[in-house]
Amino acid sequence: MLDKILFYFFAAVAVASAVLMVTRRNVVHSAIFLITALLATAGIFLQLRAEFLFIVQIILYVGGIMVLFVFVIMLVNLDVALQQIQFARQKWVALLVALALAGQVGLMFWSSGKMPGQGLPVLTAAVASNLPPNSETVAHSLFDAYLLPFEIASVLLLVAMIGAVVMAKKRT
Amino acid sequence: MMEALLHGTIDFLKLYWAPLLCGVAVVAVLPLIVGYIVLVERKLMADMQARLGPMRVGPHGLLQPIADAVKLLIKEDIIPDNADKLVFWLAPVLSVGAALLSLAGLAIGPAFQIAQDINIGILFVVGISALGIFGIVLGGWASNSHYSLMGALRSSAQLVSYETAAGMALVSALLFTGTLNIKSIVEAQSKEGIWFVMLAPVAFFTYLVASIAETNRAPFDLPEAESELVAGYMTEFSGFRWSLYFLAEYANMIVVASVATTLFLGGWLRPFASVPWLNVLDFLPALLMVAVAAYCVVRVPKQPTRVQQSFMMAVAGLCFVVGLALVAPVVLPVAKPFYAGIHGGFWFISKVSLYIYFFMWLRFTIPRYRFDQLMRLGWHFLIPLSIINVLLVGVALIAGSYFHLQGWGLLLVTTPAAVITLVAALLILAVDKERDARHDPNAASDFYAG
Repeated sequence: MLDKILFYFFAAVAVASAVLMVTRRNVVHSAIFLITALLATAGIFLQLRAEFLFIVQIILYVGGIMVLFVFVIMLVNLDVALQQIQFARQKWVALLVALALAGQVGLMFWSSGKMPGQGLPVLTAAVASNLPPNSETVAHSLFDAYLLPFEIASVLLLVAMIGAVVMAKKRT
Repeated sequence: MMEALLHGTIDFLKLYWAPLLCGVAVVAVLPLIVGYIVLVERKLMADMQARLGPMRVGPHGLLQPIADAVKLLIKEDIIPDNADKLVFWLAPVLSVGAALLSLAGLAIGPAFQIAQDINIGILFVVGISALGIFGIVLGGWASNSHYSLMGALRSSAQLVSYETAAGMALVSALLFTGTLNIKSIVEAQSKEGIWFVMLAPVAFFTYLVASIAETNRAPFDLPEAESELVAGYMTEFSGFRWSLYFLAEYANMIVVASVATTLFLGGWLRPFASVPWLNVLDFLPALLMVAVAAYCVVRVPKQPTRVQQSFMMAVAGLCFVVGLALVAPVVLPVAKPFYAGIHGGFWFISKVSLYIYFFMWLRFTIPRYRFDQLMRLGWHFLIPLSIINVLLVGVALIAGSYFHLQGWGLLLVTTPAAVITLVAALLILAVDKERDARHDPNAASDFYAG
């Protein structure tokens, strides 16, 4: 019961703040709502007993990336930014993407309704105390099962990082 | 049926109400503790500058924090006209909320922890306390003032730069335990019989410096540098809102001190906890408290008024009672079960206090850094140093397991690792200096300096 209440609370907060994030004109307010959405998602992770994902979401996205976002936003002159036309260029593309996504989700719901047990996966609930520690599980799957993709992703990030440094470097 | 219901109720209370009560207790007591930390800081500053410090309210100014709190609470609440009202209101609350929430993950003794024994313990504390930065950044932005914005910018740049070094320092200590759980970290130090500050001294140093920068304390208090930015991000805040920022800063100090204590200084363990012939040390806390009580009694005749004399006697009595409570578990067999709780709490709080004392000492000793110096220290020195340290500690641990070393024996491999890291650090400094010599020092654009 409590689980359900918490889930719907976090889900509602995440959805509402995501909508607010897109609709605010003030960039800092958008950033605050993005932070709220990320925190609510972290709450859902915690509810799934994925503590490690919960804290990584908070440390990386909220504590790291969003701090940088806000930092950059403050360097921008807000008054000028507010006068510029927003949301104009990509209206049709966005509509197409949104429709495709809605279709996908709808298809999933529709197929699950039509063929019970074949659409949405039905998982058996694990007993909370029997779950292995989440950080160990993540570590094993990253460094045992998916070592190569993990390393490739790190190399990709490294390339992006070096590229950014090279581009930002002063040409003397 | 009834029994099942009863058990269910007890479980429910244990799961939800006990942590809630603990949380309320912490929120209620913390402002008082912070007030007294501020008093200690002022007294210490006065002592180092050959002054007396607050002396008027209570004997030796012992009631000063309460007077300060009342003053702050009844001050007028000012919100600037052009401020973003909602964000202005939200920002100090965010700062304090993050600091208080991260306290929940700490374990003060083997028996006392507010949150359940969470698997991610140390990450929870570090990650949540880092969220307090939003209070500073958003508060600075919402004030709609240049000084505040400058302070906020500096603060976010500073945090992003030093978080990496602090994280790396944590990693090199965590390599010894293989777990993130706070209790297991302390138990690992008890099992090895050696604190991790001995095994990873470079990591401890890195964390020390980075934690000062993260809590915005002098000499790295550039976000509120009063000689350049009035009061930095706090410029437009006054009264109760200002005191919330203050509370958050000191709560953050307690958090970083507790993290350092847990990871590097053996948490609630007594010094040399696993050496049986040093069990005499168990009497040390009680002796200390009795000594303080005796000092208070000696000082009673020097107090000017009758009220102050009786206050002094009361302090002496309190210290004596605490001393009795500390000696009871060692002497009385009845009180034996409370030994871990009482003495664990004493040692933990003592270590945290020492760490905070060191912060204050630095504040009164070292002048404030310039912002570009701060950035250089972070990016050119601390981050390379901490990365090299993680690598070398890992190598040392592999060597240790190869030679089957344990406890103090691990020093045989970790000390060379620390020495090599130090040599590397000196090399980094030398290279940096040489590069500076080649460049014109005035050419670097100093964007954030006032």
